[in-house]
Amino acid sequence: MELKLSDDQRMIRESADSVLADVASSAQTRLAMTAPGAYDAAVWQRLASELGWCAIPIPEKFGGLGLGAIEQVQLFEAMGRHLLCAPYFATVALAVPLLLSLASNAAQQKWLPPIAEGRLRATAPMVADSSDEVSSTSLKLRANRHGNEWRLDGSVARLIDGASAQLLLLPASIGDNITAWFAVETAQSGLRAVEREAWDLTRRFAEIELDQVVAHRIDEPSDKTSASPAIAMARLCLAAEQLGGAQACLDMSVAYTATRKQFGRSIAGFQAIKHRCAQMMVEVEALRSTVYGTAALFSNSQTEQDCPTEAALTLALAKETYFQCAQEAIQLHGGVGFTWEYDPQLHLKRAQAGSHWMGTASVLRARLADELMV
Amino acid sequence: MNAPMNPAANLSDDAAFRSEVADWMRTHLSGRFAQLRHRGGPGDEAFEPTLRKDWERELAAGGWTCVGWPRAHGGRELSIARQVIFYEEYARAGGPGRMGHIGEGLIGPTLVKYGNAAQQARFLPAIVAGREYWAQGYSEPNAGSDLANVQTRCTRQADGSWRVTGQKIWTSLAQESDWIFVVARSEPGSKGNKGLSFLLLPLAQSGIQIRPIRQLNGGAEFNEVFFDEAIADSDALVGAPGEGWKIAMALLEIERGVSTLGQQMHFAHEFSCVIAAAKAFGCDRDPSIRDRIARAATGLRTMRYNALRMLAGDALSLGREALIYKYFWSNWHRDLGRLAMDVLGSAGDLPSDDPLIRPLQQLFFFSRADTIYGGTNEIQLNLIAERGLGMPREPRPAA
Repeated sequence: MELKLSDDQRMIRESADSVLADVASSAQTRLAMTAPGAYDAAVWQRLASELGWCAIPIPEKFGGLGLGAIEQVQLFEAMGRHLLCAPYFATVALAVPLLLSLASNAAQQKWLPPIAEGRLRATAPMVADSSDEVSSTSLKLRANRHGNEWRLDGSVARLIDGASAQLLLLPASIGDNITAWFAVETAQSGLRAVEREAWDLTRRFAEIELDQVVAHRIDEPSDKTSASPAIAMARLCLAAEQLGGAQACLDMSVAYTATRKQFGRSIAGFQAIKHRCAQMMVEVEALRSTVYGTAALFSNSQTEQDCPTEAALTLALAKETYFQCAQEAIQLHGGVGFTWEYDPQLHLKRAQAGSHWMGTASVLRARLADELMV
Repeated sequence: MNAPMNPAANLSDDAAFRSEVADWMRTHLSGRFAQLRHRGGPGDEAFEPTLRKDWERELAAGGWTCVGWPRAHGGRELSIARQVIFYEEYARAGGPGRMGHIGEGLIGPTLVKYGNAAQQARFLPAIVAGREYWAQGYSEPNAGSDLANVQTRCTRQADGSWRVTGQKIWTSLAQESDWIFVVARSEPGSKGNKGLSFLLLPLAQSGIQIRPIRQLNGGAEFNEVFFDEAIADSDALVGAPGEGWKIAMALLEIERGVSTLGQQMHFAHEFSCVIAAAKAFGCDRDPSIRDRIARAATGLRTMRYNALRMLAGDALSLGREALIYKYFWSNWHRDLGRLAMDVLGSAGDLPSDDPLIRPLQQLFFFSRADTIYGGTNEIQLNLIAERGLGMPREPRPAA
């Protein structure tokens, strides 16, 4: 297994970074945070349609670029570093992997091309624990047949970008303890989405209620399909985003302490500051090695069975690293670190919000321990 | 996760090489050598040194010493990928801590790069053959983290030979070694890293005395080495007079991640011993122990991927991942030692020869040294901040 980026992969990384420096400055992020859906539609148009970022993981036969986890983590890392506000995570980290891992060919044919073209924003619920399956009972969703049509009833308490997405992918009980997966177009009567502003304003959640909403079943009833590969990929993408966020916290801290003068000199020269920044760098680089290594493992299909566990342990590490770096950034900024004006607070809120998505660090480690200590 | 580091094209060749190493180890690490499995190495260097030197010669006979050295100097000239495979399979088989590692890993490559033809001819074959063993003389009582503050003096005699006077400390395996390389001050009155020279001395001479240092774990694998007009012959100088610091630093940078994957196989073995002990001593259901075991497992993955990043990098410059590596592994290892002792509980209270207990006690105590030798945690953090983050350098006295 090689951990060296190819020239193309390096180009994706560098171009993502330069585009995001242009469209996701701190001022632009703060504007997007107050917009409906917490994103700038013009920026989304540029990233999703013109630059083709949504096409990255989608196979070429569905109009995508057919790239793998290594390319994908480069993009999420850059987005995390720049605190991009966009429905990219919901669409590409949550919805696309589900379509790829459990949808029928017909469903893939129907939904993947418009996503690849940047015309369709989608989302899906995240698991709340360390498991690899989304349970329909926890979502309180039921599906019933009406002639040739499926109708969904019930509610979803929290769905990232649920009010702005055009397509929801939802698991629902079809009776006999069977869960099936459905695609629901949001522009229809009977579906009510209430957008919630969380402490983390860089992303919106919605509460969804469904009353006899028309749904398309996307999994093949005859296949034993699993959401497991999709959830593993979503965990890896979140870890990569958190890696970028942790790096941003370190960069901000190094830059700020270099300019802040007390006792007649830059505080960056004090070992009390240097050592804490150095410790952040140890944690950030350790996480980077782990995220890149896990991405390389994902790209090597022979070892697919290891992916869910590797993704879980990588995400556990990412959650703790991001939170630690965010709180260190606040501390190292001193008084201004406590202000709304400076960015460390944005990372602290994102780190805290993400701390329980798809399992807390401790339940993810408990899962790893279960596998190690059979 | 055992994915080897292979360019895809050589996959099958590398797999064949891997099984060649594994087969050789299985065949040869047996009989009288079987007791050496998983023994020796830091914290266990006192174990059967004579037998372990025989093992070095067994390796040499199979062509398995100095596998990365150039063929011209008796090495096997393996590619980086093959060296990684060798170190992994060596450690996986429980290959003992290498008595010859200072010769093979440090002074040998230094002589390949900086030694003259006579020095190469005199010293390299004996290292390859496992006939001569080396010790390292850098640290002094007042030159620890401030390594350049060397006080040991050397003076050249009229006949070209050298006299060395002073004291070195923390010298591993000095009592088992034949030669020592030292950094000593050749320009009287010079300070810091200027005016130092790099010399090679035989240890068996009246001007040299070795005193073991009893460590907190009771063992004594480090030593003080006293030099009183000790003699180095006229061809003992490596490089030019005054180049001692340059050569000493180059030697410390020779290790470049290749053997770290072998070190990690050893760590993985220790980790599996901790899990076995957790089961044996009934704390494998304790959630806090399980959490710490999962953290340790994550650290093992991180170290593996970090080493692969190091190997993928430009070999000429230290990347960010290389800069953090020593700090990361030493603290991980020290934490594992504490976890091991907590897993043992009261079973760890008494010194034990139980194969389930003894290695974990040794791990606990000896890993206290990991965050001190080879650059303390504090020095590592300075280096990371200064080289990795471009933060202001610590004030240094003018040389």
